[in-house]
Amino acid sequence: MTNNDRTLDIEIKLLIEAIYLKYSYDFRDYSGASVKRRLLHALRQFECETVSRLQERMLHEPGMFSELLQYLTIPVSEMFRDPEHFLAIRRNVVPVLETYPSLKLWIAGCSTGEEVYSLAILLREEGLLERSLIYATDINPTSLERAKQGIYSLEAIRAYTESYHRAGGKRSFSDYYTAAYDHAILDSSLRENVTFADHSLATDSVFSETHMVSCRNVLIYFNKKLQDRAFGLFHESLCRRGFLMLGAKETLDFTAYAGRFEALSRPERIYRKL
Amino acid sequence: MRQACEAVVLGASAGGVEAMLSVFGRLPVTFGLPVVAVLHLPENQPSQLASVFERRLRRPVREAQDKAPVEPGMIYVAGPSYHLSIEQDRSFSLSQEPRVHFSRPSIDVLFESAADAYGAGLVGVLMTGASQDGASGLSCIAQAGGLTVVQDPAEARIATMPEAALNLFRPDHVLTLDRIGDLLAGLEAAEC
Repeated sequence: MTNNDRTLDIEIKLLIEAIYLKYSYDFRDYSGASVKRRLLHALRQFECETVSRLQERMLHEPGMFSELLQYLTIPVSEMFRDPEHFLAIRRNVVPVLETYPSLKLWIAGCSTGEEVYSLAILLREEGLLERSLIYATDINPTSLERAKQGIYSLEAIRAYTESYHRAGGKRSFSDYYTAAYDHAILDSSLRENVTFADHSLATDSVFSETHMVSCRNVLIYFNKKLQDRAFGLFHESLCRRGFLMLGAKETLDFTAYAGRFEALSRPERIYRKL
Repeated sequence: MRQACEAVVLGASAGGVEAMLSVFGRLPVTFGLPVVAVLHLPENQPSQLASVFERRLRRPVREAQDKAPVEPGMIYVAGPSYHLSIEQDRSFSLSQEPRVHFSRPSIDVLFESAADAYGAGLVGVLMTGASQDGASGLSCIAQAGGLTVVQDPAEARIATMPEAALNLFRPDHVLTLDRIGDLLAGLEAAEC
């Protein structure tokens, strides 16, 4: 490693520590390679010569941190991402959920809401949405605000339409949104039973017992230690035999909780608490 | 004195499957370094790349999994739709950050993170492709003291990618696929 690289790594470590001390956002156990890329990207956008300069501005300029937060989190999401995952929920999970008189579901790291609306549509079509309470949490207030609005580009909606049908959708996808200009706003009744809330898997604790937790494409950004913390929260929150949904490339295999869940449908990343 | 080689990373796009097979085919079964490859793939469909390589090469080839340790002597390929990085503790990590040069996985992302993780112990190889991806990552490997190899553009099925690297910096070697395979095969004993 060259001297410049070593200096950069020290600066990044200091910035992450400063963010934690001043704003209580804890990125200390995020995967290093991705944090570094995103900070270098932010550096160019903010036209800062060094990470130390960025740190100074972040500590002293009002509003700077909330801008930086948009670079540190990754608001990349889709509706019905990995359609076979949602098809497997319909086929293998819904029959169990139907046996509960009321349901609590937690979508952890909900970003801009695509996973929330996907699940809400699925639950409505299966007759379960009215008896469900969905907690949708994220650390990024800007993403949560967008999730509450439920407005997506028509271009994105067109791609989601195909995924919706591949996911076993029973109606016309256009039943769920109103198009205006180049955007679509999702039916607000879908979020009647949704509570959007600020929650960090790195620093907060469990807030409710749940029957199902969906946390997809969030844990890949954590190191093993933080993954174990998150799995600990999910394990504590889930009722006996509760369901855990992960992203297509996420697994319990290398974690401390591998033996405390069983795979209900491994390729679709659906697990049950033992 | 240069430090011993610890890992090999490769990148290719159009024409890359044949190029990789030709290079990997020249590695002895006892080859002891980890080999990690990014090939640009169509997104959102399951990739058969690892099993295709495994059948053709008659040796184990794995799709790199998030948080799995990078193991010596194993050939890894990046799966579709996610960037692949190597962390400082020499484990893999995946991410869905935006595409780089229209690609996810991106060769630059793998090369830059691997240069951080292995420094002068890394060997980077960039081959055929109609993309700018990989050139900047390969120059990072060079800056970190690693060994850099570019496929001879005259031989490459699509010369854009090798040429992009040659326009950016001067790599240690510009070689045909056969010579790249032989160079890698001889690396273990040698220093980078």
